[in-house]
Amino acid sequence: MSDLSAARTMPFDPWPPAVLAAAMLVPLVWIAPSTWLILTVAGFAMGMMIFIMASGLTLVFGLMGVINFGHGAFVSLGAFLAASVLTRMTGWTAPDALALNLVAVGPALIVAVLVTGALGWAFERIIIRPVYDNHLKQILVTIGGIIVVEQMIHVLWGPDQIPLPRPTAFKGSVGAGDLVFEKYRLLACVLGVAVFAGLHALLNRTKFGLLVRAGVENGAMVEALGYPIRMLFVVVFVAGSALAGMGGVMWGLYQEIITAGMGMEVMVLIFIVIIVGGLGSVGGCFLGAVLVGLVANYTGFLAPKLALASNILLMVVVLMWRPQGLYPVIRQ
Amino acid sequence: MAELLSLAGVHTHIGRYHILEGVDLIAPEGELTMLLGRNGAGKTTTLKTIIGLHRASAGAVRFQSRDLIPLRTPEIARLGIAYVPEDMGIFAGLTVRENLVLAAREREIDDRRLKWLFGLFPPLEKFWQLRAGFLSGGQKQMLAIGRAVIEPRRLILIDEPTKGLAPAIVGALIEAFRELKRAGSTILLVEQNFHVARSVGDGVFVMDTGRITHAGRMAELAEDAGLQRRLLGLSLDAHQ
Repeated sequence: MSDLSAARTMPFDPWPPAVLAAAMLVPLVWIAPSTWLILTVAGFAMGMMIFIMASGLTLVFGLMGVINFGHGAFVSLGAFLAASVLTRMTGWTAPDALALNLVAVGPALIVAVLVTGALGWAFERIIIRPVYDNHLKQILVTIGGIIVVEQMIHVLWGPDQIPLPRPTAFKGSVGAGDLVFEKYRLLACVLGVAVFAGLHALLNRTKFGLLVRAGVENGAMVEALGYPIRMLFVVVFVAGSALAGMGGVMWGLYQEIITAGMGMEVMVLIFIVIIVGGLGSVGGCFLGAVLVGLVANYTGFLAPKLALASNILLMVVVLMWRPQGLYPVIRQ
Repeated sequence: MAELLSLAGVHTHIGRYHILEGVDLIAPEGELTMLLGRNGAGKTTTLKTIIGLHRASAGAVRFQSRDLIPLRTPEIARLGIAYVPEDMGIFAGLTVRENLVLAAREREIDDRRLKWLFGLFPPLEKFWQLRAGFLSGGQKQMLAIGRAVIEPRRLILIDEPTKGLAPAIVGALIEAFRELKRAGSTILLVEQNFHVARSVGDGVFVMDTGRITHAGRMAELAEDAGLQRRLLGLSLDAHQ
């Protein structure tokens, strides 16, 4: 009776996916189908990398009500940790062998996830915990936090930008004729979808996920049912930081040049994604990330001068339609 | 009857406001104790102080002789105290099933208990897989109470469960409270509806301005119109 994986018969809001489909199809009026497909894959890949970085932040905000401007610190740190690991494994990354390259990227991801997760734990205890329920102080101390982490990166890795070269098997493209897809973008698509599927399963098919979803709605009631919400906060914050670290590795390998400030720079996109998706909603975050990635790529092709403003415009349009985002979380 | 819960001289502040000004209250084991009073008397704050959502600033809150004041809300809940807040506190984005799965914190939901609960509140079975936000007000209240009793609890705190509900639903809740009493539950019930209080209450406490102004048996209060007028005064109409 209480099987968590039982089928759900609940109304599904079809409008956000319909808007996504329309956003994908409308550019076909001006763009040749083969170019459209390439742009779509590129946009989806960009969206997936942003989703990995943003998913933790949306849960942290939804569950804890914490506005963490320091989230970008974990992105930067993840990328620099990956650079340190991969430069020590050039014997594994240089050959054009997918298996060897994956073996090298694996430890880089693991180190980034573990270290950023641990830093997230310290960040929550030292910086966030004293300012729960005070958004102004949260903004100030988390911006302070990201500055401290950036300076630590400068101390440990030097003040200059450093290269984060992709393993050889992830360079170049696959395809035929006009249809050519960058290999790394395909990898980003696969990893992003896998992270989304994993998070979706965790949130919908486990008791821990139920607790997180319930906590996002009404933390006091979760406590009254006998579950310590503070413990849940810590776990979600650590997981969110680790996901940001993983996203930092992916984003760094995508850019191939990393700086201590890269996390701060990408925070604008991350905030747009979680606002567009609906604060606290992982499904909304996924859809928002895809929309942001696609709109950025289509606009970059059709009207390059508008590309920088395209995501802000997207956010304005979505918020005029749905002021609480595509999939608002019901709070009490 | 042995006392399961007792409050002695409890004071609670919310911010700079002094809400409870020395509350003395006892909930005997196996009884349904009513807590009545006009709006703003401090009834909800009393329940929230017991469950730990507000911290008492002075006095003693004892549950089976254990002091609850130093404990956090989850620790208090794990002693066997369930709480149904005034706004019901259901998780609207979760299904009926998921709401109940969360409440069954010790183990998976016991099928016999679930069958008993479905007998008590048939809509919960009908809308088992529906997101709780789509239930009607009465159905949400049934879910909120069902969640409190999905596992046996020593004490159930319920805050104004009949507020804004249709008479038919109120009748169903009265039956449910009687059934819970038969099952041996101890309940502390805050209520504005005097008819409900008269129908199910064993003991009664009346509050005003943060203090208990009357303690006695519900049957005696129900028989004494003068006492009702004196204790509940202008708010009596709201209690009918």
